[in-house]
Amino acid sequence: MIKVAGRPESLQSKQFHYCPGCTHGIIHRLVAEVMDELGIREESIGVAPVGCSVLAYEYFNCDMHEAAHGRAPAVATGIKRVHPDKVVFTYQGDGDLASIGTAEIVHAAGRSEKITTIFVNNAIYGMTGGQMAPTTLIGQKATTSPYGRSVEAQGYPLKVSEMLATLTGAAYIARVSVHDPQHIRKAKAAIKKAFEYQIAGKGFTLVEVLSTCPTNWGLTPIEALKWLEENMLPYYPLGEYKTPEEVK
Amino acid sequence: MGERILMKGNEAIGEAAIKAGCKYFFGYPITPQNELPEYMSRRLPKEDGVFLQAESEVAAINMVYGAAGSGARVMTSSSSPGISLKMEGISYIAGAELPCVIVNIVRGGPGLGGIQPAQSDYFQATKGGAHGDYRLVVLAPSSIQEAVDLVQEAFEIADFYRNPVMVLGDGMIGQMMEPVEFRAPQKRDLQPKDWATDGCKGRKPNVINSLWLQPEKLEEHNWKLFKKYEEIKKNEVKYETIQMEDAEFALVAYGTTSRICFSALETLRAEGYKVGLIRPITIWPFPEAAINQAADQVKGFLAVEMSTGQMVEDVRLSVEGKAPVHFYGRTGGMVPSPNEIVDQVKAVLGGGK
Amino acid sequence: MPKVVFDEDRCKGCELCTTVCPKNIVVMSKKINAKGYHPATVDEMDKCIGCAFCANICPDTVIEVFKEEKK
Repeated sequence: MIKVAGRPESLQSKQFHYCPGCTHGIIHRLVAEVMDELGIREESIGVAPVGCSVLAYEYFNCDMHEAAHGRAPAVATGIKRVHPDKVVFTYQGDGDLASIGTAEIVHAAGRSEKITTIFVNNAIYGMTGGQMAPTTLIGQKATTSPYGRSVEAQGYPLKVSEMLATLTGAAYIARVSVHDPQHIRKAKAAIKKAFEYQIAGKGFTLVEVLSTCPTNWGLTPIEALKWLEENMLPYYPLGEYKTPEEVK
Repeated sequence: MGERILMKGNEAIGEAAIKAGCKYFFGYPITPQNELPEYMSRRLPKEDGVFLQAESEVAAINMVYGAAGSGARVMTSSSSPGISLKMEGISYIAGAELPCVIVNIVRGGPGLGGIQPAQSDYFQATKGGAHGDYRLVVLAPSSIQEAVDLVQEAFEIADFYRNPVMVLGDGMIGQMMEPVEFRAPQKRDLQPKDWATDGCKGRKPNVINSLWLQPEKLEEHNWKLFKKYEEIKKNEVKYETIQMEDAEFALVAYGTTSRICFSALETLRAEGYKVGLIRPITIWPFPEAAINQAADQVKGFLAVEMSTGQMVEDVRLSVEGKAPVHFYGRTGGMVPSPNEIVDQVKAVLGGGK
Repeated sequence: MPKVVFDEDRCKGCELCTTVCPKNIVVMSKKINAKGYHPATVDEMDKCIGCAFCANICPDTVIEVFKEEKK
């Protein structure tokens, strides 16, 4: 008998603190599986964000650096410039990356920093209790948009992948989802590509992963997957927005 | 004896850092320290190092955080409003116990303030400035030569204690030209950086972190930091005394202001006033004991600063009420003249020698 | 014969695995685990085809899937 699925070596055995059904755990595992498959666990340095995944440094079984809110790409830049031969990645949520950390992510991409960013977009602030995020959809209720996000009051949700794909320095930008096994498989393939392009020195790479927040969306985990599929996919279309072939 | 070369303060600070083995510099333009990043951008690529102009001071200090965590000797520089922006990162670096050197070429504030020399960031540098129970070691050179020596030593102190060190200059130190000699600093017995994040081959993963969710653990961490700071207070206090042997009155000043006080002292001595000068070189840790001891000897103190009075509070605390502590300051980029200080001393002493 | 192993005490009872099994054999157990959740389990193991969908969607790496080595 051979094991075809289970905990990858790049993931610590520690139990995640995430709420039941939160897809952060799936995304953690995908990143770890990719690290295993590429054999880069001992060559990797990860940067954890502030937000629900703040404790990512306790889960990934590689060197980790905990950053201030939104600053992970800057911290990763410092690490990568000191160790250009290592694999450096950031793991960030949508409050961290798309709100307080917009300057850092845009300029890391602009400089074509050879790092990989895993951007987890669940359209809400999870850790602080369900406040409106820059990615919260129009009409979506949050604890700081109790009547639903309105265009007049809060404007439009940011489409990070589309925006970053316009930058010359971005080598690989893809948006994926983890709402069913087929999409999880594609998500892993994109994460693997991003790491491979980093290792090949192609430039800045980012994979935006659409994720759920059953707790703060007020849904069961199963309903949350469905909500993601029905509401997030139309506004955040999946696909590769930039590949190194376009960069040349 | 090494070669003496004429250099501008900002550039000399940069060269000193390179001589100390600093290969990484992350900064952002702001007057009056621009010659320093400009110098690093010319020199570091030739030293197999990295100069990076960040998108903001916030990003720059976080790049320093990453590089320091990865085990590198790393520096950033800025001036007052830029240092305010760096405060978030400084707190994280102090919390995670990482070594780095931060240069602040102070200009007038608050707010956008001005671009002329000032000493009004004393509180920010020595009393916190960012959140949490932390301390920076703060070195305050009064000449370009001293700036060069202290910058090199700053890296040794930072590595030895795993603590950020700030070199606090002012626009005068940054812009002035003086002959300097690059002398090797005294090497400390430094431990290997086996805590650095450089890939976990053959060992357990290293984590650079300042988060302690359990209050018991955070308290333990804070007391550990406190003990380290006490150790620094015990070992690293540096100051200079000038003509204090027979002094009946003491001037206290640091950095550029101490040079002006020295001119005033010479004038006063020539007129028969027995005045001495105490010049803190480390403003944290502050030379409390030296000043307290002097309080047994002199009739009073005059703290002189380019601010409306910040260091004077530490002088008062050190004196413990044993003698009156007076203050004279110019601010907003105005520099006190020796004559103003002479007049102040005479006014305080009421004409009595 | 493929086999699924559940580390039941890690399970948070989110039920996502029950929605993806093509054979509909992943179910929630009646018993309560150390965390107080009904953990996911498989009763009819002989029907398992080893597709690993359940492990793939599990957010808590509760599930291990084993298969015969291909000759």
